[in-house]
Amino acid sequence: MMSRPPQIDENPDGVDLPLEPLPGHSSRGRLERVLRRGEFAVTAELNPPDSANAQDVYERAAIFDGWVDGINAVDASGANCHMSSMGICALLTRMGYATIMQIACRDRNRIAIQGDVLGAAAMGVGNIMCLTGDGVQAGDQPGAKPVFDLDCMSLLETVRTMRDEEKFLSGRTLTTPPAVFLGAAINPFAPPFDFRPHRLAKKIAAGAQFVQSQYCYDVPMLKNYMKRVRDMGLDEKCFILVGVGPLASAKTARWIRSNVPGVHIPDAVIARLEGAQKQKEEGKRLCIDIINEVKEITGVSGIHVMAYRQEEFVAEIVHDSGVLKGRKPWQREPGLDDAMVAERLDHILHDSPSETPVDMVKDASEASGE
Amino acid sequence: MPIDSATKQTSITQATLVKKARENLAYRPADVSPQRRVQRRYTMRRWSVRHARFLEWVYARFSHFFLLLHPFWNAVGYARAETPVKFVERHLKGLMFDCRMCGQCILSSTGMSCPMNCPKQLRNGPCGGVRSNGNCEVEPEMPCVWVKAWEGAQAMRGGEAIFHVQHPVDQSLRESSAWLRITAQAARARETGRSDAT
Repeated sequence: MMSRPPQIDENPDGVDLPLEPLPGHSSRGRLERVLRRGEFAVTAELNPPDSANAQDVYERAAIFDGWVDGINAVDASGANCHMSSMGICALLTRMGYATIMQIACRDRNRIAIQGDVLGAAAMGVGNIMCLTGDGVQAGDQPGAKPVFDLDCMSLLETVRTMRDEEKFLSGRTLTTPPAVFLGAAINPFAPPFDFRPHRLAKKIAAGAQFVQSQYCYDVPMLKNYMKRVRDMGLDEKCFILVGVGPLASAKTARWIRSNVPGVHIPDAVIARLEGAQKQKEEGKRLCIDIINEVKEITGVSGIHVMAYRQEEFVAEIVHDSGVLKGRKPWQREPGLDDAMVAERLDHILHDSPSETPVDMVKDASEASGE
Repeated sequence: MPIDSATKQTSITQATLVKKARENLAYRPADVSPQRRVQRRYTMRRWSVRHARFLEWVYARFSHFFLLLHPFWNAVGYARAETPVKFVERHLKGLMFDCRMCGQCILSSTGMSCPMNCPKQLRNGPCGGVRSNGNCEVEPEMPCVWVKAWEGAQAMRGGEAIFHVQHPVDQSLRESSAWLRITAQAARARETGRSDAT
């Protein structure tokens, strides 16, 4: 039990527990509640650590604390090896964060993926994002065997079948289906442009309930896409989150344009960065300007901030663009009892490390004996 | 700045590793990427996409003809007919579409552009990595299979089949004849339909 007033979208019996199921909701997570209430949602991407230290994950998540409604745990993005999305979600759900677990079809076949979906849902992951994944040639291990057993569409359909029809792809029944909110990715900035809205329609038909887009640096292009999406009535069938992110400099922008598949950066953006005195500041300013334009587009339900290696700017970007409209997303705060324990044991962190655990126990028993 | 301190602490970053791995390749031989290795030397797949409507018409006649031959296939035995039919199918479709014998042909739903040619073997549409010139993310010189598929589908009468969600590939059907399977299934459907009617 917690001894502090519960926040919105929080289980009063413990932050790590799933929320009360609501009618019409497919998950018991926070992100779906925020979106279905009609609020402008903010999600961010966590840069996965190259370590086996849980503290690294907590520190990286703490930067977003109180500013985002969901944290994306990427699954070896760009085919580069990092801590798995499953591992990150396991750690973050313990702390009560709303995670969006990404699953890429590149690394695992349908047997492994279906098992992971069950495991993730059991841990309290409320949102699963189905991706195809970049090719192995893009990453640090180009010699790896690409799997691509399913594709993003059949993966969506598989997870939806598991959730709604309570069975595996093979037809074997599940005793408890995974209650997850299903996500997918869209890229309105890559050819064939005419087909892209139809592809979104296909993803919705396969089960997508929310989509996050690739980095948006070309707002007119996004507007064209959104117009076609609205004409097809797709914005009412799924929540569209537009991907945004700050560019560190004109040089990085050029590098991303030529090396990261699927990112479209117009020349005007690079020219603006190049003309600025402080390119990093200007990159952040540009990101905020794009958000201000994007949030006015009808049919956009939120933004997805991908500030790779500039995560400390996320709070500032979200604050300065005012997308939350004064709303405070869920924030991790210690309960009164936790705070008390931390205060009493604070000395452990600062005491000389020369004291062995045996001495500590001796000291403690002497102190209590007196 | 936290970023600078992070890069200083870990002297070897991901980017340097990737760069180093590239340097290790003394030279890059032509045409040996995993995708190129399985590609045929000569195919007419771009021609096939351009003539998608004609091929659609041909296939409709052809599948009808194959179904008419059902009594013959039955007499020979589908299992025995498999080898010669597969031989013809592999080479004919190989020449026309660079067929990979997945055994569950969906060319009619993909604008006559074989989706198994995609390095990611996507059967439901293009990935987000298509280059601005319409080429593949993995194979920079190859036009995206799905950009071509979309062109082909627009020329076809039944082009809207591209909007259907395709199920995952059944890997156990690889290297088997799609023609015979579709014929056998159609014949069975026809028979059950007849027995239902009577």
